[in-house]
Amino acid sequence: MKNEIHPVQVILYEGGGSTPWEVDCRLSVTASLLDQGYSVLRVTEAAGNGAAMRTTRGIPVIVLGRFTGPMPEVVDGAGELRIATRDTASLGAEEILSLVTTVREDLGADLNRPGQTGAWKPWFPVIDYDRCTNCMQCLSFCLFDVYGVDEDKRIQVQNNDNCKTNCPACSRVCPEVAIMFPKYASGPINGELVKQEDLARESMKIDISSLLGGDIYSSLKNRSEKAKSRFSKERSPDKALDERKRCLTQLQQSGMIPAEVLAELDLSSLPSPEAIQRKAKELAALREAQV
Amino acid sequence: MSDLPAKILYCRCAFARAVPEATKNAVLGRLCESGISFESVADLCEMSARKDPRLAEVLAGDEPIRIAACFPRAVKWLFHHAGTPLPDDGRVEVLNMRDTSADAIADALLAGTTSHSPSNSPTP
Ligand code: SF4
Ligand code: SF4
Repeated sequence: MKNEIHPVQVILYEGGGSTPWEVDCRLSVTASLLDQGYSVLRVTEAAGNGAAMRTTRGIPVIVLGRFTGPMPEVVDGAGELRIATRDTASLGAEEILSLVTTVREDLGADLNRPGQTGAWKPWFPVIDYDRCTNCMQCLSFCLFDVYGVDEDKRIQVQNNDNCKTNCPACSRVCPEVAIMFPKYASGPINGELVKQEDLARESMKIDISSLLGGDIYSSLKNRSEKAKSRFSKERSPDKALDERKRCLTQLQQSGMIPAEVLAELDLSSLPSPEAIQRKAKELAALREAQV
Repeated sequence: MSDLPAKILYCRCAFARAVPEATKNAVLGRLCESGISFESVADLCEMSARKDPRLAEVLAGDEPIRIAACFPRAVKWLFHHAGTPLPDDGRVEVLNMRDTSADAIADALLAGTTSHSPSNSPTP
């Protein structure tokens, strides 16, 4: 993972010892904080909530309220939490938002801010294990090590941050329509129920292993020593480069990967031939273990 | 089904426009008009990617849980990806703001709660 920023938690406290906020102020502050990347917990005394004043180990918390008595105590069981409580009694929505920014900075808490340069858009494949048959096609397709296997050799999304934002390509290679990108525009990739016609669709036929010569996986899978040695003899840096260029052109023509994603996929950003070959060997070993 | 009041989790989908703006604003408006407590997150996908421990806290306890986000299949496996699978005992209801009206979502979120009225005045 590239970063480990957890959203800062803001608690809008409207329980005992405080007066509730005006609806407009509550809505405007909550919506703005969420749009900036915070989590917001509203706490009231009314039934129908189930929420309590609680904190989560290691995640900074900012408590806001219009306190009429002593400010509520927020339990910091682990002794590690960064907690700040502020009275917002005389403040309007804009002032509350600036106060939160200041307090967050004082707490030294980062925020993954939607829409800001450098923010990470949470875009990554999500596997529907009710559908997945563990065929490993996604693992062999993805060049960026997004996929891996767990200790039971079960496919999993291991490095979600490596995924190329807005690229849903691996969902097209999955024969079971088991890969979702919840932020994708249309179904079934967005998580909509899978229909019969989705299963019948032509899956993407481009094997990215062709970046290295097309038959690397099949040759390794066939366990043909002859094929393996021929493969390694025939490989040359020039040939590998040509093959990568050809594959990128093919991807462009397929129309299945957004142009802006492809624009980022320059040859230098791709894994080295050695890395792909290592991955192919690992995959072959995995498949053998499955037999 | 438990008689306990439901926990509510609202997802803002802040990093994308997967959920229509008008729907998510109207649902949040109804929650803010009510007198109830609720948890809201900027982006459930982000929480899932970060394996945020707050997701486990949302699921803790015996209360029914109502989640306003997107397609139930996506939400189910996002929780799984986070290492905190949704219980399959019927305690969790996922409401899809991508294809359901804001009023229907808000009615379902607030069903059975005692405080629908605007809480400009102190809560009892
Ligand atoms: S391609 Fe689809 S079915 Fe095959 S392992 Fe990946 S997610 Fe599972
Ligand atoms: S869970 Fe659905 S609604 Fe929430 S951030 Fe992800 S895609 Fe958007």
